[in-house]
Amino acid sequence: MATIEVNGKSVEVDEEGYLINLGEWNEAIAERFAGDDNTQLTPNHWEVITFLREYYNDYQIAPAVRVLTKAIGKKLGPEKGNSKYLYELFPYGPAKQACRYAGLPKPTGCI
Amino acid sequence: MADAGGVVKKFMFVNRKSPYGTIYALESLEVVLISAAFDQDVSLAFLDDGVYELTKGQSTKGVEMKNFSPTYRALEGYDIEKLYVAQESLEERGLSEDDLLVDVQVVSRAEMADLMAEQDVVLSF
Amino acid sequence: MLHTVNKSPFERNTLKSCLAHVKPGSAVLLIEDGVYAALAGTVASDMVQQAMAEVSVYALGPDLDARGVANRVIDGVKVIDYAGFVDLVIEHPSTQSWL
Repeated sequence: MATIEVNGKSVEVDEEGYLINLGEWNEAIAERFAGDDNTQLTPNHWEVITFLREYYNDYQIAPAVRVLTKAIGKKLGPEKGNSKYLYELFPYGPAKQACRYAGLPKPTGCI
Repeated sequence: MADAGGVVKKFMFVNRKSPYGTIYALESLEVVLISAAFDQDVSLAFLDDGVYELTKGQSTKGVEMKNFSPTYRALEGYDIEKLYVAQESLEERGLSEDDLLVDVQVVSRAEMADLMAEQDVVLSF
Repeated sequence: MLHTVNKSPFERNTLKSCLAHVKPGSAVLLIEDGVYAALAGTVASDMVQQAMAEVSVYALGPDLDARGVANRVIDGVKVIDYAGFVDLVIEHPSTQSWL
């Protein structure tokens, strides 16, 4: 377990950089995680992050990438519900990287 | 979407424990979610106290545990759609299909036995 | 004496054994999976209702809520919270936990 400073508040993350307490999440934390990866968050990134947070709120899990891709396609259309689009936004893997920015745990069923 | 030549086996997860008294129910659910990645023919059976995993209206704030019941509703998105619930187990507990938080197939004990017998792999929790 | 039971009556004979040993005037508190015994319309309901003629039966509310069954409790079973649990322990000179 490690601690990072965001806006003067310290938050705990696990050894892979996932937030420990989901309730502590805020947009500044997402920006900070992205900044550490040299990623500039665009509205397209935020759309996925928001989608993930809603998914977690509904189902209490972070979705596997295949499930995320399908669900995004259903909600935001086929031009966004595909691996190419999502990997361009999140090159480290949409589920792993985007879930981390969204403050969710590592996806269950992520192999 | 199994790989060409990939063998698809029939896996059944048998759930017989109530949700919060032991870790079995949650562990089973996690293994089920992981199993979805392997494109196998997965089904879930709920019998005995396992039917309590699916009761509506679970609220765990007071016991400070994670309420994982909403996750059963995510199974459809993981293409896990075969959920069988034992009729007798519901009746013994004064429950009906309307008390459950996901769409299931209610089956008799005899039908459940047939379903179990036709599996390649049965994992019991 | 206060008796607590934390096992489902459908899976173990813990409650049955407990009820076979309770003296009139005792209290039985159902907690954790034991709360399933507090529900009406089950194959265990009769056993609990019969016991209620001689002993007070309580069920822990937070455990009922967690399991989504708080609206099914047998009439006459008293639902209590954690503070009520503590009160019961204080009221009774001894407690036996049936595991």
